[in-house]
Amino acid sequence: MRLDAMYQEIILDHYRNPHNKGLREPHDGEAHHVNPTCGDEVTLRVSLTPSGGDVIDGSATVRDVSYDSMGCSISQASASVLTDLLIGRSVDEGMRMLDAFTEMMHSKGEAEPDEDVLEDAVAFVGVSKYPARIKCALLAWMAWKDATVQSMQSVSNDSREGGDVPESAS
Amino acid sequence: MTAREPGPIDADKLRDDFEILSRTVRDDRPLVYLDSGATSQKPRQVLDAERDFYERHNAAVHRGAHQLAEEATDHYESARATIASFIGGRSDEVVFTKNATEAINLVAYAMSNAATAGETYSRFRIGPGDEVLVTEMEHHANLVPWQELCRRTGATLRWFSVTEEGRLDLSNMDDLVNERTKIVALAHQSNVLGTVNPVRTVAARAHEFGALVLLDAAQSVPHVPVDVTELGADFLAFSGHKMLGPNGIGVLWGRPELLAAMPPFITGGSMIGTVYIDRATWADPPQRFEAGVPMAPQAVGLAAACDYLSAVGMANVRDHERALTEYALERLGALDGVRLLGPADGEARGGTFSFVVDDIHPHDVGQVLDDQGLAVRVGHHCAWPLHRRFEVVATTRASLYLYNTYADVDALAEGITEAQRFFGAVPVREKGR
Repeated sequence: MRLDAMYQEIILDHYRNPHNKGLREPHDGEAHHVNPTCGDEVTLRVSLTPSGGDVIDGSATVRDVSYDSMGCSISQASASVLTDLLIGRSVDEGMRMLDAFTEMMHSKGEAEPDEDVLEDAVAFVGVSKYPARIKCALLAWMAWKDATVQSMQSVSNDSREGGDVPESAS
Repeated sequence: MTAREPGPIDADKLRDDFEILSRTVRDDRPLVYLDSGATSQKPRQVLDAERDFYERHNAAVHRGAHQLAEEATDHYESARATIASFIGGRSDEVVFTKNATEAINLVAYAMSNAATAGETYSRFRIGPGDEVLVTEMEHHANLVPWQELCRRTGATLRWFSVTEEGRLDLSNMDDLVNERTKIVALAHQSNVLGTVNPVRTVAARAHEFGALVLLDAAQSVPHVPVDVTELGADFLAFSGHKMLGPNGIGVLWGRPELLAAMPPFITGGSMIGTVYIDRATWADPPQRFEAGVPMAPQAVGLAAACDYLSAVGMANVRDHERALTEYALERLGALDGVRLLGPADGEARGGTFSFVVDDIHPHDVGQVLDDQGLAVRVGHHCAWPLHRRFEVVATTRASLYLYNTYADVDALAEGITEAQRFFGAVPVREKGR
């Protein structure tokens, strides 16, 4: 049945029992994204740990991702899956997953996603058949990208100035 | 369940005119179209009229003296007469626009243009200290243009609240409508709640202070008989595509003395009186507000839509939708875990039903309905402040028209129950309880 192909069990599980929901401290960057067509919102925080020394780059580790959100099953489940996938990875790995996920979501259901790369996120391939829902699945990922870019700037500034998180990062 | 009285319209028969309504969607599900509030489907007669214009009379109207130009102009102006008569107005009171949104913007921009347009247009001047009054239930099309007008001119935006029942709260009308009020812009019928607003009451108060009254009639002109001579409004805006007509055409109706005192919004060809290299004068309305080659084929199509609706009878359209509305209120009201925004009774209410289903996001409700062939709208329906007022992010909206049937309402109620079953939201009530 079509609905079951879209709402795979993984998606419904994460929707009913979301992981890592609720904003946590400490965080280096935060992004708030809204889907203007439906009003769904996500606020997502990222905390990074430099891989060594003062220099922060793509090898930094995503120490934590937490979020608060309002929205449909797809956007909620996507945020939850994202946190499971990205916490503990390097920023570079996370960005590669983001690219792979984005590519899959624009595949109109044609993609044969690599489970080794996307793990549980492959469950969203069915959503990509429905153009109106692609944005729901991407909302948290786009927020993660923004929050991560902010985090990298913020951590770099910190290590240069030894100061607090700048106002613009939150 | 109420008896399903045969209404004044044989919708099953009438549906033969709408080829799209016989198609299937999502793997052979018959289409159940419940999104006419967003756009209506078009009968063959409208498509034929537009095609006939292109095939036999196509030329740029109000330009050129060849035979086709004459015929095209004649068809365009006849269409204007038909459409004017459909709302009880005169030809010179009807301005063609792209849609209702542009019609509203036309008035809002005319008001800010009046500041620099000379003494002739002083009636429309607005500035600091003046007030623009809207309502909390407006579609963004009748809200954002007024926010922007206030931003440009320094005027103040004020608004009527909406009650818990989804009616306009008139309790502070004496404060809201005052000597500073320049224009009151309100929906005739809410695109979310279905509420029909007490236009005459508001207009009477506004006119005591010389304020203008603009009615967003995009959701009323398609569904009920509208007579501009009885409403008390000064301007009326509506879209063709929501009333069986083509896309790309809308109407601004205005009182002729007001249109004559209004500076233009968009300038260019065919809206001019005389043009010199450094200045120009304006044509009389309605041409003053129709710059560029107009959408003649769409005007002809919209006139055909008016003819179609007149042949069915707008009173019959109203009564048909009223009967379906009563039935829908009863079916939806009987569902556990479903909350309807807007009036729960059929009084002063159209066939638009926005609702939330407990524990299921509207996107997900819409998805399950779509899977069963039902086309509804999900989201905030371009009325974000209204959704905020009811503390919901979004709703699912079903909206009816003359081609809908009792069976469509049944399909909606069953579809919602199916969504609840799929997401395991609430125990589904046994039949007959």
